[in-house]
Amino acid sequence: MATSAPVQTERLVGKAIRRKEDPRLLTGTAIYVDDIQMPGLHHACIVRSPHAAAKIRSISTEAARKTAGVVGVFTGEDVKDIGPVPTGAALPGLRIPQHKILAQDRVYYSGHAVAVVVATDKYIARDAAELIEIDYDPTPAIADPERALRADAPRVHPEYPDNVAFTYHQENGDVDAAFASADVVLKQRIVSQRLIPTAMETRGVVAEWRAAEKLLHLYTSTQIPHLARTLLAGMLGLPENKLHLVAPEVGGGFGSKLNVYAEEALISFVAMRVGKPVKWIESRRENFAVTIHGRGHVDHLEIVAKKDGTILALKVHILQDLGAYHQLLTALIPTLSVLMVPGLYKFHNVRADITGVFTNCVPTDAYRGAGRPEATHVIERMVDMLAAELNIDPAEIRIKNYPKPDEFPFQTATGLVYDSGNYEAPLREALRIAGYQELRQEQAKARTEGKLIGIGLSTYGEICAFGPSPATPAGGWESATVKVEPSGMVTVLTGTSPHGQGEETTFAQITADELGVSLDHVTVLHGDTAVVQYGIGTFGSRATAVGGAALYYALQEIKTKMARFGQMLLESDDVTLAGGLCTCNKTGKSTTVAHIAAAAYRALKLPEGTDPGLVATRFWEPPNFAYPFGAHLVVTEVDRETGEIKILRYVAVDDCGNVINPLLVAGQVHGGVVQALGQALYEQAVYDETGQLISGELMDYAIPRAHMVPWLECSHTVTPSPVNPLGVKGVGEAGTIGCSPAVVNSVVDALRPLGVKHIDMPMTPNRIWNIINAGAQA
Amino acid sequence: MKSTISITVNGTPCSAEVEPRLLLVHFLRDNLGLTGTHIGCETSICGACTVELDGATVKSCSLFAVQANGRSVTTIEGLATAGEMHRVQEAFWKEHGLQCGFCTPGMVMSCKQLLDRIPDPNEAEIRNAIEGNLCRCTGYQHIVNAVKAAAAAASRR
Repeated sequence: MATSAPVQTERLVGKAIRRKEDPRLLTGTAIYVDDIQMPGLHHACIVRSPHAAAKIRSISTEAARKTAGVVGVFTGEDVKDIGPVPTGAALPGLRIPQHKILAQDRVYYSGHAVAVVVATDKYIARDAAELIEIDYDPTPAIADPERALRADAPRVHPEYPDNVAFTYHQENGDVDAAFASADVVLKQRIVSQRLIPTAMETRGVVAEWRAAEKLLHLYTSTQIPHLARTLLAGMLGLPENKLHLVAPEVGGGFGSKLNVYAEEALISFVAMRVGKPVKWIESRRENFAVTIHGRGHVDHLEIVAKKDGTILALKVHILQDLGAYHQLLTALIPTLSVLMVPGLYKFHNVRADITGVFTNCVPTDAYRGAGRPEATHVIERMVDMLAAELNIDPAEIRIKNYPKPDEFPFQTATGLVYDSGNYEAPLREALRIAGYQELRQEQAKARTEGKLIGIGLSTYGEICAFGPSPATPAGGWESATVKVEPSGMVTVLTGTSPHGQGEETTFAQITADELGVSLDHVTVLHGDTAVVQYGIGTFGSRATAVGGAALYYALQEIKTKMARFGQMLLESDDVTLAGGLCTCNKTGKSTTVAHIAAAAYRALKLPEGTDPGLVATRFWEPPNFAYPFGAHLVVTEVDRETGEIKILRYVAVDDCGNVINPLLVAGQVHGGVVQALGQALYEQAVYDETGQLISGELMDYAIPRAHMVPWLECSHTVTPSPVNPLGVKGVGEAGTIGCSPAVVNSVVDALRPLGVKHIDMPMTPNRIWNIINAGAQA
Repeated sequence: MKSTISITVNGTPCSAEVEPRLLLVHFLRDNLGLTGTHIGCETSICGACTVELDGATVKSCSLFAVQANGRSVTTIEGLATAGEMHRVQEAFWKEHGLQCGFCTPGMVMSCKQLLDRIPDPNEAEIRNAIEGNLCRCTGYQHIVNAVKAAAAAASRR
């Protein structure tokens, strides 16, 4: 019954509080999918196509089946009634090829799953997989999205007349008139290369079929447990309430686990067929070959402006490399690029086109930023080019084109309504921290000494906190349940699915503040569909801004009910609930959360019209997206001899609205920036002309290591969002969105004395050396 | 053809009959149930599987269990003593040196090893020491802070 819980009066929101989830992670006792053991657990190994395009003539599984310890071998024929792998994209005229969970008569990309072996031991499963003989008839493949558009290109899906999956057009304002009246026109082709998300934990699945109950337990490394359950139940033909899905500890996602994958259905299917629990853990090589990639744009830009730097209009054509199939959001990602392509600027004339093209590659989909880094990259490059062309300082031209703080909510050229903003503030702060004027003087001096020093800016805006339901492919709401237990302890169930972001801590901070209880008395649960009410998940920098807001409203309901019990216990209508106490304003007498909880569950007496118990659930949908923004400033030096880029300073000033936990916000910014540094300097998914993934392992794909990363000087401005009661905006993707154009702008600035106007990513020493030695041609 | 091996793991002698091809990381995880040591790449690049073998850090995905025969292994589960976290673990907690936690056990083992060799490392020494441990979440800055904090905690003792 009631315990004497200490009363929490110190406000925790806004404080740098160490995370509640960390002890289990630090001591090696957290349970990721691969750590799950159960009696009779079997292991699966998937046989994958070495060809990017081929017909399957025959598959011989006999030797594998005869291997001691093998309990099942399955091929496309066995699973033809399962699926298909779902896509949430619904664009007009979209071509959606059937995506079965194992290849049927053809393979469409290198790594395409063809067969699966189930055995008592993972070594035996791998041995047996090697014994499966597949007779392929290789056909021409196409991996380059530009070449895929040519009339003579091999067709990825022979049932379609060409490789175009869809086209999309959006036009706002009067683009032709703006172009006719402009003083300056700049054109540029800009590539946002294919990237491999590389969560440190690969994907993995454990499926356990309880035949007597017709119940499937599925453990999978996902960002969207509830949506995955609904969609997988559909694929498998199971009633949704007979699929219990758990996202256990998830070792990073970055969008790559915001999906429903063939293997989740496949391992479920084989577990049902062999009647044993089955585990499949993706190897890193598989992770690179078959888990979604990100970006993959070839964009053509035209920007026009007046002589004074006023931007008038923008034309953009996006060529999106889709890969061979649609995964959950594949075709939608470039539409986010279109929405955000005006960046932070006031012009109202935009013509945007997308051509989505199939290639014999793994599908692209949401990777940290998902369409917004691409958009920010092109607009921030074009604005920088404009500044150089018009000989205007790059900070000045940006400030000139911002909407002012009193113009918010601000309707953009593409029809979005930016919630709140003060774009000049983070830019001014970044310039101040960097000592911009002095830096420019030092740069001028260094140039006279022949040094290649560059200063680059990017000021980004981001659409996040997804979002109103009509604007999202699933629901755009989030859910929270607050249970004040009979002892006064508090359990929070969130529909979000954190996998590193720390919501077990930030949501406990919000709860502790609202209820006035100790942080230690709050437990936040997530990811288990049998425990938590339906939710949407963690992606698009939405967990706090939407899930935290749902929690806030659930807490208000609980507080209202607690106050009623407080009134009853204190025999007064005039009470205040604060600091963990319910206090009578007249007598000064008070009662605690624990006493109220005890009374609510014991229910000897109830306030009039009030039910027993203290539980509240809220589903909450935001009226708009939230739009964080910020300014990044990067100082680089380029080595003339080697083409190597050294980052001398990195200043990031982000505005994500109110901050729940500054330690965690800093962590998000650092991680985001470093992922985009990877794009700017090191990373690229490379397919050869036959569709083989050349960068197919961590040995060949350079994600940043500690010694490759500069010290990040981070600061914040705070412009609360009006769209949710917490005033938060979201910060998970900000660093990734702000960084890459700042780095490229800096290096272009360094090489400006050589006549360089643009450089595509990744800016490897090889690429830079070639540019320097070509004497100006980029 | 199985081999008998004896390995002292986290101070406890363990014997087992294993296939010669069994990886050390699988022996630790599957035979002993020490699942704190993670597998991130199976090619010795990512460092999630880092453990100590006779006091030196090794990547347990690239060693066979039989190679550890007669030797002593320390895993992440062996760092805390009497329920108290090691000072490196404490410092990672305080400085937010982890997010998803998957690289963390290996990262902590490498940082402990660094501090065993260099009690008060500078930023460059820290970054170089963890160059074999990939983290996709933190951008490494808070890990640098954590190692500095752990070094400071030791010097205060």
